[in-house]
Parts: sequence; structure tokens; C-alpha cells
Amino acid sequence: MSAPRPAVSTDQIPVRRDVLDPIFRYVAFSAATLLLAVLGGLIVALLIGGWPALAKFGPSFFFSTTWDPVREVFGAAGPIVGTVVSSALALAMALPIALGIAIFLTQFCPRVIAQPIAIMTELLAGIPSIVYGMWGLFVFAPWFAKHIQTPLSGLGGLFAGVPNGANIFTASVILAVMILPYMAAVFRELFRSIPPQVREAAFGMGATPFEAVTRVLIPYVQKGLVGAVMLGFGRALGETMAVTFIIGNSHNFPTSLFSSSSTLASTIANEFGEASGMHSSALIALGLVLFLITFAVLALARWLLSSQRY
Amino acid sequence: MMFKKILAIALLAGLAACSQPSNKPASTIAGAGATFPAPVYLKWAEGYKGASKVSVNYNSVGSGAGVKQLLAKTVDFGASDKPMKPEDLDKNGLYQFPTVMGGVVPVINVTGIAPGQLKLNGAVLGDIFLGKITKWNDPALVALNPGVNLPATAITVVHRSDGSGTSFLFTTYLASQNAEWSSKVGASDAVNWPLGLGGKGNDGVAAFVKQTEGSIGYVEYAYAKKNGTAFVLLQNKAGQFPAPGADSFAAAAASADWANAPGNYVLLLDQPGEQAWPITGATFILVYKDQKAAAKGTAVLQYFDWAYQNGDAAAAELDYVPMPASVKTMVRQQWSQVTSEGKPVYTSTNK
Repeated sequence: MSAPRPAVSTDQIPVRRDVLDPIFRYVAFSAATLLLAVLGGLIVALLIGGWPALAKFGPSFFFSTTWDPVREVFGAAGPIVGTVVSSALALAMALPIALGIAIFLTQFCPRVIAQPIAIMTELLAGIPSIVYGMWGLFVFAPWFAKHIQTPLSGLGGLFAGVPNGANIFTASVILAVMILPYMAAVFRELFRSIPPQVREAAFGMGATPFEAVTRVLIPYVQKGLVGAVMLGFGRALGETMAVTFIIGNSHNFPTSLFSSSSTLASTIANEFGEASGMHSSALIALGLVLFLITFAVLALARWLLSSQRY
Repeated sequence: MMFKKILAIALLAGLAACSQPSNKPASTIAGAGATFPAPVYLKWAEGYKGASKVSVNYNSVGSGAGVKQLLAKTVDFGASDKPMKPEDLDKNGLYQFPTVMGGVVPVINVTGIAPGQLKLNGAVLGDIFLGKITKWNDPALVALNPGVNLPATAITVVHRSDGSGTSFLFTTYLASQNAEWSSKVGASDAVNWPLGLGGKGNDGVAAFVKQTEGSIGYVEYAYAKKNGTAFVLLQNKAGQFPAPGADSFAAAAASADWANAPGNYVLLLDQPGEQAWPITGATFILVYKDQKAAAKGTAVLQYFDWAYQNGDAAAAELDYVPMPASVKTMVRQQWSQVTSEGKPVYTSTNK
């Protein structure tokens, strides 16, 4: 009896070649390197632009909280902390809700309303950030100040601050609303990409819906989830307009959840138009810092992913 | 066929354009700068387009950025809320002139205090923004406001977060009235605010003041008026408390000594007139004294001459204050300084 024929041929098939192939290869190559060149150019431009400030202030640029355009003394600790804290808070608020939306839509939602809800979620992602900013400033902040901040302000500590809704916490809420539809849409696509057999197998093994989602489905798309979370974090870090409207724009180091703060992006957007000399160099250096933080976040995501085993 | 015809017409038009004598004004001029006067410059541009077929493209990118663009020669004129110092004008070969004025008005949100009821002076205002006066019933405020029922609420300071000409006028005024402000904070488009929170733009400051009980901020007059916010009366140099508005801004401009100000470097702060509002400021246009292309220089000056002549109503409608006639006449005479190859590019026939 002869061995059964394999389904796929194992014979080497010679690749056909054409005169256009080298050109095709170079086009593909330049497409790949163009992006790298832009990235490199960006870093060089930020370094050159920000160098006067970095050279003058040295490490104190990162640790000092003095931001004085009149005397030209610049320290970025306030905006750096404001950026990281507001984005992290936003992520903490958005992640469970986005997961909930995606799980509901893909696992439990009747087909008739799943599609409309999904489309609405995606439409939310398309709302310009300035609209969120204005809504935050004129609608959400006054409501928050009256109904949440004022009652809590007596507690002091983490809740101390001027009760007008312009603080690091409300900025995080707005940021969370902004990154939420985006994360929910990616999560939903991830869950939909899971072959139905996986889910059916989980139920076949006697798993409850909760067990199927938490033990099988989420681990199945873990990599993608971490990726989506990091992208959301990246968007929150760089978000400018909405935050500028509502964070209160104080360069002081934030001391409570309800204290006014500023972010790297909001500081640049606020001051670049009128800045010159050392001030504008310090703002470019802020851009470099923002770039490095975003880069570090993505690098961390990569490292987490590569150290993960299935 | 059609396409060829269009092409032929386009070519002819191009040739005609080339053969035009070069002293004819250009058909488009470009400017960039201050955001404060942008609405009125655009309104004027609309009217001027109808009157002369010349398009004015104005980008409101901020005063600092406007000056940068002018120095990079990417625009025909720059606009700035902050007059350039005479030595910088000379260094860069520039000439500047004022177009319209506005005033900066402190606004408050204190229960029981009506618009125009609270009176302050520069020194006390400075102490509030320094954080030295923290309660609305501070003795310094009570002394200035006999008979006004001031509450014991805490004062929240609101300032501009973006670099702006409004902040420049406000901080310059505080620095001139309050020695500690001058030494600790200073005056600029953006300063290291000792306390308070920052709103983006006049809108942002107005919104925060409206939302925060016990707050004080400062906005362009148009915003103080528009939102019905409680404005504050400020004591002027003559010891009076005039109401902010077109009349008191014009009084400040009229009492300023334009004739003896090199390079038109005039800050209309704390002027001596009886009715002068103490924080008044003009906004300025900057052009090169030596125009490379005469046609552009001619078009720019013609546009502003038209605006001086026909634009006052539009300006007033948008809550700007036109320059007094005497200042306009003086500026028109100064325009002979703007030359190309040694000859003035434009001579106004208006009076």
C-alpha cells in the first residue's frame, strides 16, 4: 500500500521572475523605509529645536515644576505628570466599559440591535475632539462641579480643589469617553475574529458564559487586547484640544484628583503661537518628551507581548 | 474643443496679467497674526473685496506667529496685539501702525454683586492675582467698596492659558500698578501665574468664571459685554471709575501721546484722561519699510486706508473701538515711510 498523497504538494515550485520584479522590490522597500526616514527626521528635528532648552536646564527640565516664560525658566514636571496621570486614569475608566460593550455585542446581544449599536459606537469614534472639549467645558464640567465635586470637596486630600469641574479628573473622564468607542470597536473586531468553534468548544466543555468569556475568549485574543489598550493609551497621551479645554491649564504639580493641571500637548497648543526664543525651544522639548513617553509605552507593550506565552 | 478654448483664454489672461504695469496694486495680499482683531480684519476684507476686487487673506495664527511669518517673508503684513519695540522695528526694517482698540475688563462671579458694582484699583487687583488677598471681604476690598455687602467666600483666580495679547495688556498693567507683581511675575503674553486656573481663550476664561462662585478673571470687553458677566470698575490715573466701553477706550486713546512715540510704540495703559479706561490697548499692523514688490505694499496700505475710511461701523458692530481721527491722520502721513526703490508706495488721498 502506498502512502496517502499529502493534501498540499511538498515539491519545490520555482518562482517565476519578471523584469519588473526588482522595481517592485524597490518600491516596496522605499515604502517601508520612507516611514523610518520620516520618524528619524522627526526625532532629529525635535532634538535640534529643543536642544537649547535641554542644554540650558539639563535634568532640571524634567524635575522642576517652574514654568516661567517671563524669566525663561522652564521645568516640565507638571505637564509630564499631568499627561501620564490623566491618560492612565482615562484608560482605567475606559477599559472595563469597552470590554463590556464588546462582550455584550458579540456574545449576548440579539442580532437585530447588535448592528445599530455597533454602528453608533463607531460613529462616536468619529466625533472631533474639539466637540468633546466644548461639551466637557460647557456641559459636563458645570454638572460635575455641582453634583459631584462640591459634595466631595469637604473631604480634602485627593478631592481637594476649586469646585468648578476644570481638573485632572474631569479631563480623564472626557478622555475616557473619547478613547472608549475606539477601543470598543477594536475589541469587538477581535472577538468577532475568534472562530465560532472555540466558543462552542468552551460551552461543550460545560463552561458558563462567564467562564467562556474570561477563561477562553479573552485569553484567545489577549495579544490584540493589549495592543488595542496601548493604542488607546497612546491616543489619550497625545490628545490635545479636548484636554486643553477642561484640564484647567495650570503648570503646577497636581496634588489631588481635583486639582487643575496641564499636559504636554495642551501646553504646546496653548503657548506655541506666541512663543519665541527659549520659550519655543522649551515647547519643542516638551514635544520630544511626549514623543519619548509614547515611544516608551509602545516599547513596553512590545516587551509585554513578547514575554507572554500561550 | 471646449478645453482648448479655456486654455487659450487662460493663456491670454496670463499674458495680460504679465503686461500690467508694476505700480498697479496686487490682486491678493496675505497677512497673518493676532487673533483678537481677526473678526474685524475679515469683515473689512469682505467689504474691501466688494469695493476693489482685491482679496485679503488673513490667517489668525497669533501675534507671535504672525511676526515670525512676516520676518520669514511669507506674508505681506503681520498683525500683533503687542507693539514691537522701536529698536526691534529698526533692526528688522519694519514699520507699525494701530488699526483698532479694545479693552481688557476684569470679570467676577460673586453672589449679590451686580455688574459694575465692585470697584478695584490696580494694586488690589495685583494682590488678588498674587494670592495675597484670598477672601472677598478682605479689608482692602471693603475699603474700596463702602456699602457693598461683600461675602466671606474664597477668591478663585482665572487667567488665560494660551499666550495672548490680552494677558500681555493685563500683566503689563498689573506690573505698572503693583511693585510685587512686577518683581515676582512680570509682564508677557504668558507668565508664571502664582495661582489660579487657566481657560483657553476669552471663551474659556468667561466659562470658568461663570461656573465658579467667587471667581475673578479678565476678558476682552466684547466677552464681558456679551455674556452679561459682572464686570469690575477700575480706578484710573485720574482717580475716577469709568465704565468700560467704547467711550472710555476712546478716551484712553485720545489722551495718549502718539506724536512723541517713536515707532508708534504706545501702550494705552493707565492713561491720564478723566474718562480713560485703564487697561486699553490698540492692535497693530507691521509691514516692511522697504517693500521688495511695490504692488504688494501699495495694496496693503490701500486696504487699511479703505478700512480707516469705511470700516468704523463694522468695527463698532463687533465691539472694537476705531482709532480717533487725529491718530488716523497721523498714521496716513507716516505711510510715506513705506517705500520701494526709494519712492513711497502709496499716498492716501483721504483725510
